[in-house]
Amino acid sequence: MASAEQGQRVLLQGNEAVVHGAIAAGCRFFAGYPITPASEISELLSVMLPKVGGTFIQMEDEIASMGAIIGASLAGVKSMTATSGPGFSLMQENLGYACITEVPCVVVNVMRGGPSTGLPTNVSQGDVLMARWGTHGDHPIIVLAVSSVSDCFSITVRAFNLSEKYRVPVILLSDEVVAHTRESVVLPSQDKVRVVDRIAPSVPPQWYKPYADNNRGVPDMAAFGEGYRHHVTGLVHDERGFPTQQPKEIESFLMRLHDKITKGFSEIMITKNHLMEDAEVCVIAYGCVSRAALMAIKMARQHGIKAGLLQLVTLFPFPRKAVDAALRQCKAAIVPELNLGQMAREINRVNQTGTRIIKHNRIDGQMITPNEILKQILGVS
Amino acid sequence: MVVETEVIRREYLRHDKKFPHVWCPGCGNGIVLGSLLRAIHGLGLPKDDVVVVSGIGCSSRMTTYIDFNTLHTTHGRALTFATGVKLAKPRLKVIAVMGDGDATAIGGNHFIHAARRNISITAIIVNNSTYGMTGGQYSPTTPYGSRSTTSVYGHVEHDFSIAELAVTAGASFVARGTVYHAAQLDKLLEEAMSKRGFSVVEVISNCHVQHGRRNKLGDAVTMITGFRDRAVPVAKAAKMTAEEMQGKFSIGVLCDVDKPVSTEEYERIRSEACQLKS
Ligand SMILES: Cc1ncc(C[n+]2csc(CCOP(=O)(O)OP(=O)(O)O)c2C)c(N)n1
Ligand code: SF4
Repeated sequence: MASAEQGQRVLLQGNEAVVHGAIAAGCRFFAGYPITPASEISELLSVMLPKVGGTFIQMEDEIASMGAIIGASLAGVKSMTATSGPGFSLMQENLGYACITEVPCVVVNVMRGGPSTGLPTNVSQGDVLMARWGTHGDHPIIVLAVSSVSDCFSITVRAFNLSEKYRVPVILLSDEVVAHTRESVVLPSQDKVRVVDRIAPSVPPQWYKPYADNNRGVPDMAAFGEGYRHHVTGLVHDERGFPTQQPKEIESFLMRLHDKITKGFSEIMITKNHLMEDAEVCVIAYGCVSRAALMAIKMARQHGIKAGLLQLVTLFPFPRKAVDAALRQCKAAIVPELNLGQMAREINRVNQTGTRIIKHNRIDGQMITPNEILKQILGVS
Repeated sequence: MVVETEVIRREYLRHDKKFPHVWCPGCGNGIVLGSLLRAIHGLGLPKDDVVVVSGIGCSSRMTTYIDFNTLHTTHGRALTFATGVKLAKPRLKVIAVMGDGDATAIGGNHFIHAARRNISITAIIVNNSTYGMTGGQYSPTTPYGSRSTTSVYGHVEHDFSIAELAVTAGASFVARGTVYHAAQLDKLLEEAMSKRGFSVVEVISNCHVQHGRRNKLGDAVTMITGFRDRAVPVAKAAKMTAEEMQGKFSIGVLCDVDKPVSTEEYERIRSEACQLKS
């Protein structure tokens, strides 16, 4: 079992880095159910959490795990679960519950091939749209994708911070390749890690309205047991938390859920540009595929082609501004994905400039290689 | 008694909530609610330290009306949320209120595992032999042969005995009461809430609107007094034959054992691990 001292160079696999990121971000509760390729996250947290005064529990299934992390978060403790496709399917109902009750939590989905039990030990990016739309109803959610071991640390911290700040569940999409790749990384020491905590109410308990709007659109959040007795329900509720059927209250509540995320767009949208300054052809990729894409654009540059990479870290809300800029700049965009084009669909949706968008997909459980992407780049140049 | 009720009403109901409640007149849920509040009052638990979690169903609406930290969750999952709350803040008194369908159909797996785990939570299961809220379909406790909206020809499956299931699954304390025996129910709930480990109180209740009407069991009063006639104290029931127990059920404490409690065990592990580190 790897034990990483912060501030030191260590060899870690992605799943282990997620654990270190979570602990650094202040996660003190984890509930999960074993599934490949996410199991190492549970295993390492079962060792580390009690050492920092936290709690680990292996629940009877993923539905229970999701319920438990919501309960723990309501009791004031930063919480997380980790799973893969089939488990993520089971979490959807309670994920929706976390959306409507605005309970911060982080759900890691280490993607593997699907549908169903699919390809347990093979890589995939097949759950992208499910992460956005898997639970019923209109709801906002934040979906982030990691591509490296160092991402696994820093983006996990980001996931917690965004979750706490906006009171929204955050889905961290990892994949089998990122999860099991070992890389040498330097983890920042704790004092270098920016940690955001939810804002607790400062008014006297009798004045507290648990779902009242404010200038952030994010109500202050009281933990159970701190004197602010309130009601939490998955039913659409008024600002006091009680069920409502008033059309006016319903709409203003649901709109606030969306608006709070809109207000935070600039902070939530994380993308990375690689050699994009003068790019004429770009690759838009995320997760493990962006690693192959980075190599491919470098190879293309050796062929004299001005290729660049737009790496999406935030997948949802969709980083339209960054994608739009890349599409305006380039004559063609190649979108390699380990699915049949789930993000390509989003990219096409925002394509205002008629830029050629070329999908490149694999669903055979194998990685997309740099050479495959290079071939596509050469094809459009 | 009158003063007592007034105190309970003033102290524990949410007056800023838009009453009325959703229950049908005469529903046993109100009696269970009264018992729950009297038990909490009797134990002198500070309101801020009590968390009441419920699932989905008529009985689960209880959390809306009472002035504690309340959590109305998803159907069948109350115990999973309760587990998270309890583990995250063990000093809180966590009570889960569920219907029979909620606790033993969709939530059956969570129920047996909470019992096996022996986590310090009190589960109150309001058993009205049907799915009240969705309109009287058969539930895991609907008796063989009875009619429901999904068994109009008579039910062909057999029912669970919730309390016995809890005993077998490993709960520390298991009791059964009825909404007729309200005074006894207060006591059973007090005992359950004072117990270390997972405690279960199954409350036989009336849904005269959905279950009673379809099976010609009479109005609320008839159904509730029917529980008086069919209930047999546990000790007496133990001496009766299966035949004598036909159509009857036992009430009282079925099981009260002491064994390691996972919530407390984990606290020990945590403090040991913390020391190990420093
Ligand atoms: C996942 C899911 N399935 C089904 C329902 C619909 N539903 C709401 S309440 C209920 C039954 C409640 O019955 P029970 O738990 O016995 O409680 P009662 O209403 O009788 O008190 C069902 C099936 C739901 N809300 N969620
Ligand atoms: S439907 Fe049945 S359980 Fe529900 S409130 Fe009415 S009587 Fe009670």
